Amino acid sequence: MKILVAIKPVPNPDEKVKIRPDGSGIVLDNIKMVINPFCEIAVEEALRIKEKQGGEVVILTVGPKEGEQQVRTALAMGADRAIQVEAEKGLDSLAVAKFLAKVVEQEKPDLVILGKQAVDDDNNQVGQILAALLSWPQATFASKIEFLDGNKKAHVGRETDGGIETIEVPLPCVVTTDLRLNEPRYASLPGIMKAKKKELKVIPSASLGVDAAPKVKVLSLASPKERAGGRKVADVAELVAKLKNEAKVL
Amino acid sequence: MGMTTELTDYMGFQALLTAEEKLVRSTARKFVNEEVLPIIDRHAQTETFPAHLIPMMGDLGFYGPNLPEKYGCAGLSNVAYGLLMYELERGDSALRSFASVQGALVMYPIYTYGSDAQKEHWLPRMAAGKAIGCFGLTEPDFGSNPGGMRTQAVREAGGKWRINGSKMWITNGSIADVAVVWAKTADGIRGFLVEKGAPGFTAPQMKGKWSLRASVTSELIFEDVRVDEETGMLPNARGLKGPLSCLTQARYGIAWGALGAADACYQTALEYALNRIQFDKPIASYQLQQRKLAEMVTEITKGQLLALHLGRLKDQGTCTFDQVSMAKMNNVNIALEVARSARTMLGANGIMGEYPIMRHANNLESVYTYEGTHDMHTLIIGEKVTGISAFR
Repeated sequence: MKILVAIKPVPNPDEKVKIRPDGSGIVLDNIKMVINPFCEIAVEEALRIKEKQGGEVVILTVGPKEGEQQVRTALAMGADRAIQVEAEKGLDSLAVAKFLAKVVEQEKPDLVILGKQAVDDDNNQVGQILAALLSWPQATFASKIEFLDGNKKAHVGRETDGGIETIEVPLPCVVTTDLRLNEPRYASLPGIMKAKKKELKVIPSASLGVDAAPKVKVLSLASPKERAGGRKVADVAELVAKLKNEAKVL
Repeated sequence: MGMTTELTDYMGFQALLTAEEKLVRSTARKFVNEEVLPIIDRHAQTETFPAHLIPMMGDLGFYGPNLPEKYGCAGLSNVAYGLLMYELERGDSALRSFASVQGALVMYPIYTYGSDAQKEHWLPRMAAGKAIGCFGLTEPDFGSNPGGMRTQAVREAGGKWRINGSKMWITNGSIADVAVVWAKTADGIRGFLVEKGAPGFTAPQMKGKWSLRASVTSELIFEDVRVDEETGMLPNARGLKGPLSCLTQARYGIAWGALGAADACYQTALEYALNRIQFDKPIASYQLQQRKLAEMVTEITKGQLLALHLGRLKDQGTCTFDQVSMAKMNNVNIALEVARSARTMLGANGIMGEYPIMRHANNLESVYTYEGTHDMHTLIIGEKVTGISAFR
């Protein structure tokens, strides 16, 4: 099976990020970029499918050149080759999905896997928009993927509020991954050295004929209010009184 | 662990690394954060080695990663290897020691001095962590002066060698599948490969250490142990040069590794100082504590640049053993100072296993005198600059 995995570089979620004083974005100096954790799960799932039934895993990313480091990480994990659509920073979900759709049309994979959302903007849109642009079926928030009838269709377990919902989708399709689908492997040292020799094709975004003009504009970013300290109450009566009169939630 | 999740980089040291070197460090750092930090205190407290990590580190290619790919190794640069040591020792010196011994002291001599058959037999298995090695040079009475060793190998009829003697302070000794053993012969010092279970060979573990508690340290005892010349002797190592060349490899890794331990202590102290309130202010706002932090980060930064430069020289093939001595001497020394200073900043908390500092400080006490004592490295540098040996 030929699998295309779209990944996005994001600031390391283990680090504390600061918002720029003018509220226009976050301070990225000295912040390590990593593969978005949900995308990493997508890479892992693609590698497991390939290990089970053979095929090819192609990594795809859209964004500035610096993203090469995260692409190399995915290659070091075991992907076969990569495509980078070199584009400016800060594209909105629709523009990214349009670029992905162009590459999908060229590559004709049997399956596209993406993270359900990136942990930087938490948009949760690209997979869905991509499926719509391609007119492909989509299975989002996957926690289990099974292939049936010689890869003609897949059963995908989806994490919903009520529990696991299993849906059937014909291939080709778009799948987005949830947290519990798998635990991604580390990039091994020999894998890192092998990744050096793997193909990374760079496509200038302008060559794809996509209208990437933003439809969404970020007006400002602000930190959540600092939490004030809590207070102890003597009994239930006082608690109820405070909830009624001070917090005004009752 | 806390707010500082990246290595200390005051001088833009990471900008000097290649893409592969950065990736190697990320993998190692992630591995240490996820697999080592949560369990290492328990192992140090109970004086046990986290053996379940051996195959995991093999899968990741952590053993002998600077050896060629044809033996299942990664073929990394020496700088990438150094960064791996940095991250492993940020976890614990025991892990870095395990990997140092496996890669630099066992795989390296087999690769450098072994026959093709020995290389093909041992290297792929050792790279995968399926065979463990140890290195027997030091003896109870011969530490800094290994040339005086008493362990002897005598050639017998039928292509066999008979080994008698004992080795001490041997990392991985009791868990090793193969020991690289240096012994005196009629022909000078030669290296042998003694396999676990060879009749007359025992490797009792030395318990009761207050340092490197998560590492296995053993004695090796040889009573009429017979090895086959073809499989059990390293054909291309003659004289003390053989074992000393291995030590240069291991010391190179230690020069990097010690910085990892220092970094863990510094970052712990920094975070603690920013959060610990005394007299209504974080203790980080007091000049005496700031001085400690400034000295720590300065020494770590100097050490990083020294190690990196040494690594680049090693990649060019021009690095000398006395340059390695300088880096080992300096970086372990400053790491020990950083650990002690960090300990004082945490007060009583600094002695608890909840924080890594006392464990690192105790480990570094060993690292300070193993693989060439601090004093011997000082004398090697002294000999280099004066032309006069103070110890021979």
